[in-house]
Amino acid sequence: MSTLDDHSKEIPEDTAGGATAAQSPEEKIKKQDNGPGGPIILFFILGLFASLIVGWIIFPKLLYSQKKQPIDFNHAFHVAEVENGCESCHFFRKDGTFSGAPKLEQCIDCHEEIQGVDPDEIKFVEEYVSKGREVPWLIYSKQPDCVFFSHAAHIKGADMECVACHGHIGESESLKVYEENRITGYSRDIWGKSIGGFKKNTWDRMKMDDCADCHQKNYAIIEKTGVKTPTKRFVDHMIEVVSPGSSISGKGTSVQTERDACFVCHK
Amino acid sequence: MKHNKAQKFGMVIDLDKCTGCGSCMVACMSENNVPFRKDESDKFLSITWMRVYRLTNGKPFPNTDICYLPRPCMQCAGQHEGHSPCVSVCPAIATDYSTETGIVSQIYTRCFGCRYCMASCPYHARYFNWWDPIWPDGMEKYLSPNVSPRMRGVVEKCSFCFHRYQLAKEKAFMEGRRNIEENEYQTACTQACPAGAVTFGDLNNPDHAVYNLVKPDHKHSGRPTNPHAFRLLERLGTNPKVYYLSSRKWVRQVGDNYLKNEAKVKKPVHHG
Ligand code: HEC
Ligand code: HEC
Ligand code: HEC
Ligand code: HEC
Ligand code: HEC
Repeated sequence: MSTLDDHSKEIPEDTAGGATAAQSPEEKIKKQDNGPGGPIILFFILGLFASLIVGWIIFPKLLYSQKKQPIDFNHAFHVAEVENGCESCHFFRKDGTFSGAPKLEQCIDCHEEIQGVDPDEIKFVEEYVSKGREVPWLIYSKQPDCVFFSHAAHIKGADMECVACHGHIGESESLKVYEENRITGYSRDIWGKSIGGFKKNTWDRMKMDDCADCHQKNYAIIEKTGVKTPTKRFVDHMIEVVSPGSSISGKGTSVQTERDACFVCHK
Repeated sequence: MKHNKAQKFGMVIDLDKCTGCGSCMVACMSENNVPFRKDESDKFLSITWMRVYRLTNGKPFPNTDICYLPRPCMQCAGQHEGHSPCVSVCPAIATDYSTETGIVSQIYTRCFGCRYCMASCPYHARYFNWWDPIWPDGMEKYLSPNVSPRMRGVVEKCSFCFHRYQLAKEKAFMEGRRNIEENEYQTACTQACPAGAVTFGDLNNPDHAVYNLVKPDHKHSGRPTNPHAFRLLERLGTNPKVYYLSSRKWVRQVGDNYLKNEAKVKKPVHHG
């Protein structure tokens, strides 16, 4: 702690320099201030760490409640078992709407009766299939009521993979814990795990800006050529860097924000 | 996303056909989860995205004449596209104008209820939720999942049934298209009108019925060639996308607040 050393040197120098009577009370005050400087700084640093721990570790723990899915489900096993891959259970209807989480109808062919000894399967058949009750799955990616999302636009229109937004759920062997924000009631997958807002994978978060950023990068390119090539994306990016707002990708349909109009994703 | 060329969805309402039955109002309320109260007698507190007004020519019998005028949101474009009265005053960017569809959006979760937009709207098309909606027992199950419900303290208005456009586009994506047909996107009031008085479509598209009803005359800054066509309070320069047709002159004049002995002024016309 160099500051303390500096001060301890300063004080004797001043007194040695023959301070006048008028200055000495000030010096006394200074001395009193300097005395507890070390503990104060230490207290500050400890306080900072304490707040960081509260803010980054304890608060998120308190903010999110953990819920288990009603029954566990093994994707890896089932995808190998069914004929049509993901589409056996997550399919598009003719009018373009997406079926989402499967209904009993997609399971009943194989699970009319208990086939094995797995406790999850037994629970599934006894509590849901035989009683004709749908499983109340918790949806990790559930967006707020006011959001309109279209799987058709992304899967059929833009040829995207499920992984891009959902991560590796489709290859997982069990369903992860569902975390619910106690204040908003939304799933944690919307805000993401990282409290600091860092994002490594495209699926880490699905907030409004995550949707909008991808749209902004993509649509000008799709519009002009029907494909997205890395070169085009790069050129577009460079134009945007050199003079922001002038590349076509900087201009959305919204008059207010020059991004996508609100009614693209809201309803 | 700007894949389509700019569309300009608009409505043409033929006042000669309108009987004032109110089907459009009912269809609109049930389509858009519009809240209502037990006692709706105070009309200042009612929320009616589509509202039928009754106009009279003010003459004594036997010359009395009345006309019913349905009023949705006019989806004003303003003097230059997007400068709608409400959009330009919103301090929260809760209301926005889309250059893809020409529709003025309202995002309820963004609105904080200052009601500046209501003050700026010359058509009284915007409404404030003074209370949380209270649905009669069991009715919650009948609400449409395609329109998000509103809460206390926010403003709402007609959206030209925008969710129907979203669903139509979704179907188009499924079929490998990006453009939608005229009949794939129609508002609830258009379809409910038993007299066929309401027509809806893209005012920029010569194949659509609305285009032909109010075909723009480019020699006269885009005014409809149809002499019976007019827009409400046209002189304010709000540039609405809802046109009315009436063969009666007094109706056309009431629509623009003409004064009795008004000197003939050259009308400023905006059509964008
Ligand atoms: C046998 C039926 C079945 C098949 C086949 C299947 N799934 Fe699932 N999937 C489910 C069930 C059941 C759930 C649980 C619902 C939930 O978690 O919301 C689920 C949930 C998901 C979810 C989580 C949705 C969310 O946000 O909660 C994703 C993502 C998913 N599946 C992707 C895939 C992918 C990718 C494939 C193909 C590789 C696939 N699934 C194949 C039955 C299936
Ligand atoms: C193609 C046939 C088939 C379909 C369709 C199918 N399953 Fe299965 N499922 C199986 C088989 C086979 C097993 C293994 C049984 C055993 O030996 O334990 C199994 C096991 C299970 C298990 C216990 C193992 C685990 O995943 O944790 C659950 C729970 C389950 N299935 C749920 C479902 C649900 C829910 C659906 C509908 C979305 C479904 N299954 C659709 C064939 C199928
Ligand atoms: C562009 C990102 C994106 C892609 C790509 C994507 N999804 Fe989704 N998915 C979402 C979002 C966002 C939601 C939440 C929708 C909502 O709540 O309205 C969702 C919801 C779901 C759900 C739950 C729906 C429900 O409410 O029942 C399932 C299941 C699902 N997706 C499976 C898939 C599968 C399978 C694929 C690949 C074919 C896929 N998704 C591709 C973003 C995506
Ligand atoms: C990784 C990139 C990506 C992400 C993330 C993404 N989108 Fe998209 N989205 C696209 C692309 C590309 C298209 C254009 C599809 C086309 O027109 O071919 C699109 C189209 C759409 C459309 C249809 C637009 C239209 O023209 O009708 C909607 C609605 C939409 N996205 C909503 C969302 C929402 C809501 C989210 C976030 C939950 C989201 N998207 C996340 C890439 C993305
Ligand atoms: C690219 C798609 C997209 C566009 C465009 C978009 N939003 Fe969003 N918005 C979302 C998604 C997804 C969420 C939910 C996730 C979140 O809270 O970030 C959301 C959430 C919100 C919320 C919070 C809602 C809640 O219940 O937490 C508000 C307010 C909002 N948006 C306003 C707007 C406004 C105003 C515009 C137009 C200027 C707009 N949004 C444009 C996708 C979009």
